[in-house]
Amino acid sequence: MSIKMSRFFSLVISFTVVFSYAFPISAAGEKVLIAPTGFEAFDTPSDDGKSVSLRWTASPSASIDTEYVVFMSENKDGPFVTEALRINSLTMYEDNTHSRSHYAEVDPEKILSKESGRKNNKKEKAKHFFKLVITSGSSAMATKQIVSAFPEGDWFNWKKLNNFVLMVSFVALLLFFLNHAKKSPNLFIRKISGLDAIDEALGRATEMGKPALFVHGLNGMGSISTIAAVNILGRIAYRIAEYDTTLKVSNIDPIVMSVSQEVVKESYLEAGRPDAYVEDNIFLAASEQFPYVAAVSGIMVREKPATNFFMGYFYAESLILAETGANTGAIQIAATDSYTQLPFFITTCDYTLIGEELYAASAYLSREPLLLGSLRAQDVGKGVLIAALVIGTMLVTCGVGFVKYLFMAG
Amino acid sequence: MNFLKRTIPLAIAFIMGVMMAFQYYVPHEISQSLLKVVSRWGITIGGFAVFLGAYSLFHLHMTKIRRKLPGWGYSIFVFLGAGITIIFGLYNGGEFFWNDKQEGTMFEWMYFNVQVPAGATMFSILAFFMASAAYRTFKARTNEATILLIAAIIVMLGRVPIGTMISQYFPIVADWIMSVPNMAAKRGILIGVSIGAIATSLKIIFGIERAYLGGGD
Repeated sequence: MSIKMSRFFSLVISFTVVFSYAFPISAAGEKVLIAPTGFEAFDTPSDDGKSVSLRWTASPSASIDTEYVVFMSENKDGPFVTEALRINSLTMYEDNTHSRSHYAEVDPEKILSKESGRKNNKKEKAKHFFKLVITSGSSAMATKQIVSAFPEGDWFNWKKLNNFVLMVSFVALLLFFLNHAKKSPNLFIRKISGLDAIDEALGRATEMGKPALFVHGLNGMGSISTIAAVNILGRIAYRIAEYDTTLKVSNIDPIVMSVSQEVVKESYLEAGRPDAYVEDNIFLAASEQFPYVAAVSGIMVREKPATNFFMGYFYAESLILAETGANTGAIQIAATDSYTQLPFFITTCDYTLIGEELYAASAYLSREPLLLGSLRAQDVGKGVLIAALVIGTMLVTCGVGFVKYLFMAG
Repeated sequence: MNFLKRTIPLAIAFIMGVMMAFQYYVPHEISQSLLKVVSRWGITIGGFAVFLGAYSLFHLHMTKIRRKLPGWGYSIFVFLGAGITIIFGLYNGGEFFWNDKQEGTMFEWMYFNVQVPAGATMFSILAFFMASAAYRTFKARTNEATILLIAAIIVMLGRVPIGTMISQYFPIVADWIMSVPNMAAKRGILIGVSIGAIATSLKIIFGIERAYLGGGD
């Protein structure tokens, strides 16, 4: 064979190799599949011990019409017939980036129980084996290695470490200011007009001989805003008992009603007026949103309370309630952390406690040094966050990006 | 008595508070099971509390009827409404309450043809209240009210086709108002609310805030 001929064949072979990688189609018209590499299985970090993570490097033959299928078995030697995962080969890249690695989490116990059609009550966990296959139409190519993993539960979620550090720091800050408040009890707290007006509003109700109406928001006792509202109710009930005025408390949740009854009863007892407590005045108006609105609006129109308190988390009913109250001529004080309803309360109420003021109200009304200390901690915490926001914005603007990860939700 | 009314509730609040705070950071199956159990307790207590609510409602209206208090006639409708609903609910389309809930029963008819429209009627009143509240607020008596008025007009015009017909800039400015100053204020409130909620939770866990137990301090 001449040198020219040999050069020609070399060129043809090289061209064929390059072409087959670029357009991997077999002679029968089917795609030539190249198995993905770097397939690994491992226990998913920071989880409850149910899932296994799978990672592999994308195959060069990945395209829109190819799929990755992961088969699972409880034995190393198979059979690998249980499908644990099936994804399009151009999806599920690690960290949602278009890097060359795919990442997926699977729950082996769930897959096995789904396949057998019964709940797996086995307490002991088993090692699971996985095999990765790339498929396109009827052709398939499997990876050579069989990988395995043993899912184990973790005792700390490391993705929430930043949150944990922040929580511990805030607790330390709170304890510091509580200790500080014990030593110097006269802490300065800025004036909150809405809370100063409570005495005025209750005085008006006393003079007019009309009741004061306390309207709870729609959330149950599990909501922190309801707990804050109950705290304020305790303070208001104590003063009402001293003024010898009638307090009516409308509720939408039976548990909130029971707690409110106890709180008001205790407050009356503490004020030395247990005889003035009437259980029927703390009542369940309705258990649904709009029936509740109808019931409370009816009370406002019929009984014309001199003072209305709207405390807690409100939804669409806020404006109907507050506007009805405004039309009856009552002094109205609202406190909510529902920012979507704040404009309605600001428009229709005489005083509105915005957001965090709802949580500060109990401390403000009681003037207890320890509670005031907690308010100071709250303010300092807010200051630290504002500083972090400003400094973080500046750093990220200047291209220092690590600060983003410090506050990333886990 | 003080031990039962104060010390035990405070101890329960502390133990459960600390436990559930740490539960958030522990992904282990045991921790998740604990969360499930506690959630189930909440649902169970809620189930029993419904009877307390019903008792309160009926007792209140019975007292009104008995004493012939003003508006006592409305209280009759509470018993009528509740009575009819309970009867049809228990009747369950002839299958009675111990069988699965039936479709197309009188109970369902009453829900869809009485309660739902009545609720929708109450909700529709909101539109009129919104107009009257807006009228009061938009009287430009102060600088803040004037700013509010101008911002509201721009946002309203930016959200309707006539705004675009007047000027193509209305939707752009409206979007900017909603996504920049409005969003900044919203987030500011949210940060304050979150810190306030955390502080209140800690005060309850450490037994500093006791007003929820009743009484003053």
